[in-house]
Amino acid sequence: MGNVFQPLPSKDFDYAAAQHLLNRAGFGGTPSQVRALVELGLDAAVDYLVNFEGERVSNEGVEFKSDILRAQTPEEQETLRRARIAKDTETIARLERERQQRQNEDRAQIAAMKRWWLARMIESGRPLQEKLTLFWHGHFATGYRTIENSWHMLMQNGMLRSRCAGNFAELARGIVSDPAMLKYLDNDENRKASPNENLSRELLELFTLGEGNGYSERDIKEGARALTGRTFRGNEYFFDKNQHDGGGKQILRRSGNLTGDDFISIILEQPACSRFIALKLYRFFVNDAPGLTRDGADMIERLAKALRDARYELRPALRALFRSQGFYARENRLSIVKSPTQLMVQTVRGLGTPARSVDRLVEAGDLMGQELFQPPSVKGWPGGRSWINTATMFTRQNVAIFLLTGRTNRGPASGTAEPYDAMHLVEHLRDASGALDSRECVRSLAVVALGGDPGHERLRELEDYLASVGGTINNERVQALLCLITAMPEYQLC
Amino acid sequence: MQNSAFTRRVLLQRGCTLASLTATVPWFIEKSALGMLGDPALSSQPGVADDRILVVIQLGGGNDGLNTVVPFGDDEYYRARPTIGIRAPGAAAKDALPAALALDGVRGVGLHPALAPLKELYDEGIVSVVQGVGYPNPNRSHFTSMDIWQTGRLDAKGSGWIGRYFDNQCNGTPKPEAAVAIGRNAPLALEGDIQKPIAFESASLFRWNGQDLHASLKEPYDRLNRAGALTDPTRAATTPNQDETQTQFLMRTALDAQVSSDRIRAAVAKPTLVTYPGNALAQQLKIIAAMIRDGMPTRVYYASMGGFDTHGGQTGTHNNLMRQFSEALLAFQRDLKEQRNDGRVASMVFSEFGRRVKQNASGGTDHGTAAPMFLIGNSVKPGVFGRHPSLVDLDQGDLKHTIDFRSVYASVLEDWLQTPSSKILRGNFENPHLFVTKA
Repeated sequence: MGNVFQPLPSKDFDYAAAQHLLNRAGFGGTPSQVRALVELGLDAAVDYLVNFEGERVSNEGVEFKSDILRAQTPEEQETLRRARIAKDTETIARLERERQQRQNEDRAQIAAMKRWWLARMIESGRPLQEKLTLFWHGHFATGYRTIENSWHMLMQNGMLRSRCAGNFAELARGIVSDPAMLKYLDNDENRKASPNENLSRELLELFTLGEGNGYSERDIKEGARALTGRTFRGNEYFFDKNQHDGGGKQILRRSGNLTGDDFISIILEQPACSRFIALKLYRFFVNDAPGLTRDGADMIERLAKALRDARYELRPALRALFRSQGFYARENRLSIVKSPTQLMVQTVRGLGTPARSVDRLVEAGDLMGQELFQPPSVKGWPGGRSWINTATMFTRQNVAIFLLTGRTNRGPASGTAEPYDAMHLVEHLRDASGALDSRECVRSLAVVALGGDPGHERLRELEDYLASVGGTINNERVQALLCLITAMPEYQLC
Repeated sequence: MQNSAFTRRVLLQRGCTLASLTATVPWFIEKSALGMLGDPALSSQPGVADDRILVVIQLGGGNDGLNTVVPFGDDEYYRARPTIGIRAPGAAAKDALPAALALDGVRGVGLHPALAPLKELYDEGIVSVVQGVGYPNPNRSHFTSMDIWQTGRLDAKGSGWIGRYFDNQCNGTPKPEAAVAIGRNAPLALEGDIQKPIAFESASLFRWNGQDLHASLKEPYDRLNRAGALTDPTRAATTPNQDETQTQFLMRTALDAQVSSDRIRAAVAKPTLVTYPGNALAQQLKIIAAMIRDGMPTRVYYASMGGFDTHGGQTGTHNNLMRQFSEALLAFQRDLKEQRNDGRVASMVFSEFGRRVKQNASGGTDHGTAAPMFLIGNSVKPGVFGRHPSLVDLDQGDLKHTIDFRSVYASVLEDWLQTPSSKILRGNFENPHLFVTKA
């Protein structure tokens, strides 16, 4: 014992452990999926989730437009210029209306992209890929409303997805060449003659080293100079040589005519970088309760070392994390507050409910504080307990009611009342005569939905309810039980 | 302890400490049990309770400031707006449309004729009209300009200005229900780094829908969600560095949610003291008034009304908007007076921008810049403040602002909420002192 990063003894990889793994490295699964993971055993189960390339991806073929917000053609620019000189208000107004129309079309497209991504999370055979993409979206947070270009958001999303389990260095290099991020943090205005420090500051503070971890204001200033000229033309990254400051700089005690690439390399040499990324991964995958236990700090240190040892390759580090004793330790079970996305996707994937209306789910996500492609700021979603307040608590309980029954705030929703067969969650509990024991069903449903046994007092409330309505198990009763279980405060944890 | 030395600051600190120490007692119960609200003995200023409330009313879409506070004394107004301009009080009738309402002692500007209910309040000396409010390099996008107003920052980035007010008040411990928005989404203005607002569209939605499925579910639901009250606090902290486990935190919040749901719905179900019009803003203000009456610990409420983006045929539309807005406001103010809460509530009205000086070819107006704001309450300095922007000296056809909106915020923060404004607004903005009370 003692080493939280030692692999879990394979005999300890039971149903609860496999469920924990699938909730954290994905969005949960039905009892039969969890049992399949137990069958695989720890190593193969982790490999199955982490080496996801061979698994199917659905929802891939959706077409989006890349040119809604294309730059003006020279002809259009000329027309506008002439209209301005001639004070031709009609033409100016027409061009303005056309611009407005394109912007409206683009806003409709980002709304479609939100639905597309949420549906993908619900359906993908590679849950960890989507979960990591969401993680990096929160880490390298970029908001649509600031950049107002849906195609750029989608390109960034694709870049994050394709590199999500690859090398962190590639993610960092990708983000400083990413049009959406360059726009979001004003690097398109970071020029030799008038440097803009926004990207440099956040790169150090939020993306790599963490606030106060060994860099100075001077490093930010010099870093900004190194990043000058990194901009975009249309939909492509563009290095504007003329705007780049090629002069001598000193960043984090290294000097030379440093470029943006050099800046990234220098950052990655700092041990603080691996620790900061390890901390973020720990908060996302292991435990997000306030404070840090000694074992928690130890895990972060070992995860950071795993990242350094693998030269920032994420896959080996994640593999070690998901196999580690610490990951499965009691203090880390049910210790994360589900994000709104996790809550919705896990309800569908774990309980096997119909998705009903992705449109409504996107809307509910906004109400619960997680609008995809629109993190609240460059800091991303603070997560943890900040997801929860008295109003979101009701929205969270009600979105589960919607998924289970189709019922909304305004009564039964028309057109979404797809029947839900909940019996599949208990079928395996039938005895030789085909009968179901109600107490066993209640307990099993609670464990499946809550990711663990809530204790006999809580189970007794559910048993009492079942007894009060007759005690027999049928689809209606199972659904009613799930309505109650998803409304338990414990359901907010995973 | 109850002497004048017991200042508001001490109270707030105490409130925060209590909120963080009690793991299981809902915040509402604890506050009312201690009688910390509505006790006039705690006031540091005669006639003004220390538990002051700010109500922010947002007019979304860009309200046409020039047809709200009408500069009828300027001929240029009628040249720029030949068909949608509102005629001067006493001028010859035109198209049977009513004239602007003159304000006593004010020359050259009057109120939109449908603002008669607001004028009633103005005549009572509880309305402040601030003219020409805007900011440098105005942004004409609804999204961005609204974000600028809500963050209080010209780069439109970061937390909301009211969120930062709360962050500054309470070190590290957010106060649930301190900021409440009536609407689908909580506005960015209320979003702090620590403080998170709550939002609900109507009190009937602030509840669990499952109970509508079958009556038998209500009781077990209540027991499962109110168990937080029974949790043994000594069973807390299975891990160091935290005073509450995740489960305990959730049990407590679930209990809080039940209690506030009960309380808000009970408050709203009570017959109001005045009759409210049926429009959306009035219905929001009705909920707010009910919550204020019930002694909720909320300090900032947020209401909003949309539809102000009047690009075409605006005369009729804008008339309706003005009428709905001012009728809602009058009913709210009357209700507060009946409740005897009018002394501790001030309302602030804003829109993300005004509209172009010149009307467009469709009998409407396009996105513009500076516009008036209203402050309403017993403690505001009544009258018309600031210079009306010139209708001739324009910036790309738009008004140049004469007062920065962050100066108005500074006055609200310093004079009404009694807190220094520079840290919250990230800069020193001249306080125009729009309230008669001072810190």
